Amino acid sequence: MSRITKFLAVAVTGLLLAACGVNEVPKLDEEVNAAWSQVENQYQRRADLIPNLVETVKGYAAQERETLTAVVEARAQATQMKIPADILSNRAALDQFEKLQASMTSALSRLLVVSERYPELKSNQSFLSLQSQLEGTENRIAVARRDYIEAVRKYNTELRTIPGRWIAAIFYPDAKVKENLRAPEGSSTPPRVNFGK
Amino acid sequence: MRAFAVAVFIVIAGILPAGAAEIAFPALSGRVVDQANILSSQTKQNLTATLEGLEKATTNQMVVVTLASLQGQAIEDYGYQLGRTWGIGRAGKNNGVLLIVAPKERSVRIEVGYGLEGTITDALARGLIEQEILPRFRDNDYDGGVRAGVTTLTQILMGDAKTASRLTEVGTRKVAPTDGNWTWPLILFIVMFFVLPRFIGGGGFRGRRLGGIGGGGFGRSSGGGFRGGGGSFGGGGASGRW
Repeated sequence: MSRITKFLAVAVTGLLLAACGVNEVPKLDEEVNAAWSQVENQYQRRADLIPNLVETVKGYAAQERETLTAVVEARAQATQMKIPADILSNRAALDQFEKLQASMTSALSRLLVVSERYPELKSNQSFLSLQSQLEGTENRIAVARRDYIEAVRKYNTELRTIPGRWIAAIFYPDAKVKENLRAPEGSSTPPRVNFGK
Repeated sequence: MRAFAVAVFIVIAGILPAGAAEIAFPALSGRVVDQANILSSQTKQNLTATLEGLEKATTNQMVVVTLASLQGQAIEDYGYQLGRTWGIGRAGKNNGVLLIVAPKERSVRIEVGYGLEGTITDALARGLIEQEILPRFRDNDYDGGVRAGVTTLTQILMGDAKTASRLTEVGTRKVAPTDGNWTWPLILFIVMFFVLPRFIGGGGFRGRRLGGIGGGGFGRSSGGGFRGGGGSFGGGGASGRW
């Protein structure tokens, strides 16, 4: 076989493989990773808002020490967690992540409920601003989570159905099914903070 | 033939259940989609013109949409999906904004595309809703509320920092609407549509086709043909209820 024929054979095979979706697995894999970094980002963004929020609330409602401490602790735990590189295929780590973030969510919502009792706090400029940022972030978290769930669903479907299953077995033997988030009840609506406006 | 029929049936059966659970979105018929039928035609024309001027000047795409129903969804959930479905904003810039009004659910939302989250922050969107839009909606003045919202958003997107800082001062100052609110977009609009074309195309822009849709000169150039640029949304913005 001449070199040109060989080259052509390789090129044609490559094109055929691409056409039948040989790139689908890594493509979807990347989408899952991107969706996950968005989830982490948004949780991080929430964590970043907390120190300011706690300081502001403290200025008006220092006696709510317990609630404030709970928020600070929940934040510390959540941000200190070492997120393993394989978290997306590691059920235990993902569950741990979820648990820490959920306890931060509940500590935060308790803080906001408590804030209701302090009219001066409620009309404080930076509190109002932080509060709307927090609401916005909770909403972004909800969106990011839904995007991740959808990305994983697509990826896992590709890995489990034919021809993706065969393709993965041949070309990507280490591609593993990803763990999905367990969407808690009512997670489709972000927690709404109402300040009786 | 029979095999073909079976195949078609399988395909349809496979698609239907998935499609049925989806939310139905209104068609993107223009820059103002008044599904709930709450805006006057004058307002729609003015808004269309302002929004068109905004896109020409900044490439930011803004669309006003009123909804007959949120179909049981929270407005936050509906909003970003609508924005993605329509693809408002330019593809790599994600610079789209939606002003969504759902009179049945008494909810309003400013949905901000990824690329504009820094310009229209959540706090700003919320201040705008609470100071400019909600007071008017509470008086059943939908036209006024939507106009005020669009005017202010336009100003901010044109880089008016003063308006932006006024709105984030939630609570310290109450609504101070001035009639001046309209002047600056109006001037811009006049420049965009009447002055500039003279210089550029020697007046060729205004084809002598009177008696067209709407009669007025406003928004004629946008008749049909408006499409989203493929921008995406990630839940930025703020909502309000009245």
